[in-house]
Amino acid sequence: MPNHLDGNALAGVLSDVFTMDVTAARGRCGSCGRTAPVAEAMVYPDAPGLVARCASCDHVLVVVVTAGERLVLSLAGLDAIDLRV
Amino acid sequence: MRSTWHSATIVETRAETPHSVRMTLAVPTWPGSEPGSHLDVRLTAPDGYQASRSYSVASSSPWGHVVLAIDELPDGEVSPFLVNEARPGDTLEVHGPLGSYFVWRPGQNDRPVQLIAGGSGVVPLYAMAVAHDLAEDTTPFQLLYSVRTPADAFFAAELTELAGPSFQVTHVYTRQAPTGWPGTVGRLTRDTLAASTIPPSERPRVYVCGSTGFAETVATWLLDLGHSTTDILTERFGGL
Repeated sequence: MPNHLDGNALAGVLSDVFTMDVTAARGRCGSCGRTAPVAEAMVYPDAPGLVARCASCDHVLVVVVTAGERLVLSLAGLDAIDLRV
Repeated sequence: MRSTWHSATIVETRAETPHSVRMTLAVPTWPGSEPGSHLDVRLTAPDGYQASRSYSVASSSPWGHVVLAIDELPDGEVSPFLVNEARPGDTLEVHGPLGSYFVWRPGQNDRPVQLIAGGSGVVPLYAMAVAHDLAEDTTPFQLLYSVRTPADAFFAAELTELAGPSFQVTHVYTRQAPTGWPGTVGRLTRDTLAASTIPPSERPRVYVCGSTGFAETVATWLLDLGHSTTDILTERFGGL
């Protein structure tokens, strides 16, 4: 079993981007449509950066790569995030 | 509560279990934190290489002390330093408070709360139990705590002290139990889980924290037992 964490582990790096905590926000998977708190995604920390995948269909939802002062964020796998929950 | 980086000074370290340390940090800029939340600790090597890891906050007070309990992962980049090398007076960078998903807020609702921990996964759940006690909240709380041996239990004395009419603690010992232990020794099973936790008919909110394997096994069993997926909150800390 690959060693993975969950979306709780994204709280730190995403707090550098968003003004509020995103891990309790509900995100909709761009592939299967599952809507769930970001904290429930599977997070793989061994890639260069953090890769968050949908817990239902494994679709890549979020990729965060930090290098020195740079932070590159892709949310391309998410259709939407509902922040006020 | 906006999270940000803080400079923290280690005030005290002491052995929590044979492989872990309880560390008290002075963080003058800490705004306080919700029960169950975590922070990131960042270490910087002399050559500039940085590594950071998340640790649950066991207790904290605004502008004051933050208490962590850190388990050593033998191949870890951060925990071996924190457990074996860090000393009072050393400074660390911490980022927090973090996370609003795996938290329990007093007065949130009156549904019972079932806490389920494996090993050091009890740390955020301990924070919730303390908050429940401080708030004199009468919501029924139960903790099911799986550890290898009695010596491996985190916050053992404190949890015993907190136990009472509205907070019940049940242990599972996977390798060795205390002398005179009436139960069986071995890994948590679905039957033990069913027998030692609040049944789904009472609609508890269930917080599960442990290694990835532990958290996922328990979450699957909880669904089998009839708990709703939206009532199960999990936090994995890696490992098998």
